[in-house]
Amino acid sequence: MSRVATLYRSTVGKKVLMAVSGAVLFGFVFVHMVGNLKMLFPPDAAGHYAMDVYAEYLRDFGYPLVPHAGVLWIARFVLLVAVGIHIVSAVQLARLSRAARPRGYAKEKSLSLSYASRTMRWGGVILLLFIVYHILHFTTGQAHSSFVAGAVHRNYVVAFQSPIVYGVYFVAQLALCFHLYHGVWSFFQTLGLSHPKYNHLRRPFAVGFALVVFVGFLTPPTLVLVGVVS
Amino acid sequence: MKLTLHVWRQSGPNDVGRHERYEADDVSEHMSFLEMLDVVNERLTERGEEPIAFEHDCREGICGTCGMMINGVPHGPKSMTTACQLHMRSFRDGDEIWIEPWRATAFPVLKDLVVDRAGFDRIIASGGYVTVRTGSAPDGNAMPVPKDDADAAFDAATCIGCGACVAACPNASAMLFTSAKVAHLAALPQGQTERWDRVLGMVETHDAEGFGNCTNHGACETACPKGISIDYIAQLNRDLIRATLNAKPVGNGTRG
Ligand code: HEM
Ligand code: SF4
Ligand code: FES
Repeated sequence: MSRVATLYRSTVGKKVLMAVSGAVLFGFVFVHMVGNLKMLFPPDAAGHYAMDVYAEYLRDFGYPLVPHAGVLWIARFVLLVAVGIHIVSAVQLARLSRAARPRGYAKEKSLSLSYASRTMRWGGVILLLFIVYHILHFTTGQAHSSFVAGAVHRNYVVAFQSPIVYGVYFVAQLALCFHLYHGVWSFFQTLGLSHPKYNHLRRPFAVGFALVVFVGFLTPPTLVLVGVVS
Repeated sequence: MKLTLHVWRQSGPNDVGRHERYEADDVSEHMSFLEMLDVVNERLTERGEEPIAFEHDCREGICGTCGMMINGVPHGPKSMTTACQLHMRSFRDGDEIWIEPWRATAFPVLKDLVVDRAGFDRIIASGGYVTVRTGSAPDGNAMPVPKDDADAAFDAATCIGCGACVAACPNASAMLFTSAKVAHLAALPQGQTERWDRVLGMVETHDAEGFGNCTNHGACETACPKGISIDYIAQLNRDLIRATLNAKPVGNGTRG
């Protein structure tokens, strides 16, 4: 146990927490994106939208073994813990960095690998603000112009008929795309998942993951905006 | 060629320091960067001013003593090149050049461009060694080492401890240096005895010295005059995780 504490106390340990909590979040993001593609399907013969059926399924996942919405609440709890760990570690690491170089250079050229790596912190703040807005928008409804509980497909379509809402989601997905581009690659590096034979695949994997999530999330809203999905 | 230099001047650790402007009018493009500074210093000495303090030793790119920020890049604009091996032909007549010391809490400025890099020595002292039987020299090749491992160890061993990685890193992390030392010995049979204690000890000292955390920016790799790869940082991370998750006593058992 004392060794695990040693790991946690080290700068590397905090990064490991960052990577593991980040992996939980990007696992969630991927599943969420796949779920949202249900918006592309037409209603069945009884007039039920695939999105609504899917939302119902999520609420009842595991029932009757667990109570209604039981698994959903467990998942929400895990995500909340992951976001909490991710943010606390980010703040600790940002403070350590500031302490390690209180005075910068008069002239400095960035040699970082990418724009994405330099914008992790501010990009993360954008994502946090977005997550709060997003929950108020589609889960609790306060930020929605005409929210109807349970009518997921309808709420979705009404929301993205507004170009402003579409713009907000577009910017957030762009921020997520950048965060994933560096985060996914960084995940392998931090956990030491490296091997000379496979290292060249890590960057393409991160690019692919970030792009699939970006395109996957934005396809349904775009089709709503142009009126193909209603 | 004529150059305008903006050089960081600081009389001692407690001086606040400032950039001073110098005109260097008689620079030849065949000079190395340090020779250019030598000429500037001669002029300063002739005028009765204090010459610019900078560190240097081999001037062959192998000792790691020299090093300064040149226009915002450690060791200047040429990749895989130390400041002593940088030549003035990399600049153009009329250029302005900003020259600053490495900036990091763990590398306090002693004077002008000279910083105290004893933190690196303390990282080495906390694990960058192997235990060997002293006495008669062992037979050459008595211990076979696979070629790939020997190459990996050798590549890591080319680190000259100059500190450019720390200077370039937005977090002032010394992970590239530390990982090169850890990976060098971890790749070899002789390094196995202290393998787990080494990584624990060196990372602990790295953090205690006030170096920042690595966030995988990769700026160190670009700045490193020896082209040390950040793959070694992934290896360090892996060894550290393995060492901490391994509950039974490891290595020489000097740590709990
Ligand atoms: C709540 C908002 C978020 C904040 C404040 C945040 C902040 C950060 C910060 C500061 C880093 C460290 C990067 C660095 O300094 O180089 C990071 C890394 C990372 N983030 Fe986030 N992030 C957030 C949301 C997310 C989300 C939604 C995901 C998943 C889709 C995610 C996945 C990752 C991953 C995988 C890493 C890399 C860990 C590593 O470096 O090994 N983050 N994040
Ligand atoms: S890793 Fe490269 S930049 Fe860092 S100290 Fe060694 S030689 Fe210098
Ligand atoms: S003086 Fe030895 S490396 Fe530059």
